[in-house]
This record gives sequence, structure tokens and C-alpha cells, in this order.
Amino acid sequence: MEELSLHILDVVENSIAAGALRIEVNITEDATNNILAIEINDNGKGMSEETVEKVLDPFYTTRTTRRVGMGLSLLSQASEESNGTFNIRSKIGEGTEVKATFQYDHIDRKPIGDLKSTFIALLTSYPEINFVFTHIDEDGTFILDSNDL
Amino acid sequence: MAKLSIKDLEEIRNKVKKTAMLREGISNAKITVHMGTCGIAAGARTIMNTVIKIVEESKRDDIIVTTSGCAGFCSKEPMATIELKGEAPVKYSDLTEDKIRRIFDEHVLKGKIVKDYALVIGSEREL
Repeated sequence: MEELSLHILDVVENSIAAGALRIEVNITEDATNNILAIEINDNGKGMSEETVEKVLDPFYTTRTTRRVGMGLSLLSQASEESNGTFNIRSKIGEGTEVKATFQYDHIDRKPIGDLKSTFIALLTSYPEINFVFTHIDEDGTFILDSNDL
Repeated sequence: MAKLSIKDLEEIRNKVKKTAMLREGISNAKITVHMGTCGIAAGARTIMNTVIKIVEESKRDDIIVTTSGCAGFCSKEPMATIELKGEAPVKYSDLTEDKIRRIFDEHVLKGKIVKDYALVIGSEREL
């Protein structure tokens, strides 16, 4: 993955596969504190503690079409490579929260990339899902709620 | 750094509205872009956005655009499946923008399978 916006698309696809009907994507660019944060929260079926522990292992996957599961491992690696942090909180029946942070000015931090394409692909493919995209930077806060479309 | 502006949000809204209107019709064709991790890393988002654009340009109101996960052929991504009403689904592999445009023109619009790019006909689950 060359862009963080592709990682976002990938993790949101996980939320959709988990049956989420509401998915929030929060992107915060805080250049002053030198942090870029990406949060993806869903109300999907959630995971057990055991699954959460295994989820960053690339050789763990719940799918049956192949034996590796790279999505979250790749995002975690991207944040690690740029001096960031990675957390997953999940509860069965309630949903999952994924949060990745990055050192904003780290030379290895991937560019955010084409967020617009990611949002269009998601909104068009899943009109039944309520997406709330929030993008905060020094210019202000942009919120796009699919219910307003 | 790519930042979203109000103009971008308006553009997103208009695009999604147009495609949502398309969905309300009866479907005669379905285009599924494979968007697993492997697909996305290989360029599936560009394929998806191209599909949205060409469906919109065609003004056809009977074509459904959707996504699926990994089909198990990661090295062949980006992939898309075309299903015409009453016909077996066809999986196309190693896609580019030009290839998906040709597939749309020849297969979706004229019903002729593009053998040059087709990987398999039929669903793997039925084998």
C-alpha cells in the first residue's frame, strides 16, 4: 500500500465484512504536535479478546479463500515504521475501534493520498451503510455524513 | 498533502447521488470489483473509480456496481467479475483502466466476453 487512504479503504472493508451498518473514519492532522491519527470505528459484530490478540499476525485470518490476512498487519507496520502507535479495541456484539498514529513529519510516513477516491468507492459501493468521515487539520474540520447525501 | 475541500465534498456528493439514482433501476448487469487487501494494494480503487465513471457516462440505469473481498487469486489482482442477467459470471484479472474500459464496452454493453483478459468463466464455488 502506497497511501494511507488505501489502508483506510482496506480496514473499512473489514468493518463491512463484520456486518457494520455505521462506520466512522476520523483523520486528524496535527502538525503542531507532530501527530497524524487515523481512527476507524464500526458497529460490526466485534471480535473476542483472543481474536484481537491474533489479528496482527499476518498468518492469521478468518477468511477461507486464502491463509494469510495482511490488512491490519500492514497498517500496524506502516504506523510502526513512522514512530507511531497502533491499537485495536473490540467487543463482541458492539463493534471495533482501530486507531493508528504516525509521526507527522517522519520521513517514512506514507502520504494520506487520494482520500476522495476512497470515500467515493465506499459510498457508491455501500449505499446502505452510514459512513461518517471526519477530517481535521489546521484549516478546520470537514465532516461528510452519508445520511446527508 | 491532499486535503479535502468543500469543493471535493460537493464533488463526492454529486457523484454518489448520480450512481445512487442509477441503482434504483432494474439490473441487467453487475460489475463486482474485488477489494480485498491484495486487490487494493494492486490498484482496485482506481479500477472501482473508473467503473463508477464509465457507468455514469453510459447513462445506463440497469448496471449495478459493487465490491467483494479476495477471490483467492491475489497475484492476479486487480480483478473484477462481470455478470450479465442469465449468464455465467466472468472473472477478469490483471486489470488496468484501459482493460476495464474495453471490458465494459465489449462485455457489459455488447455481451461479448473479452477473452484476452478473462481468467475464468463461472463461479469457483460451483466447481
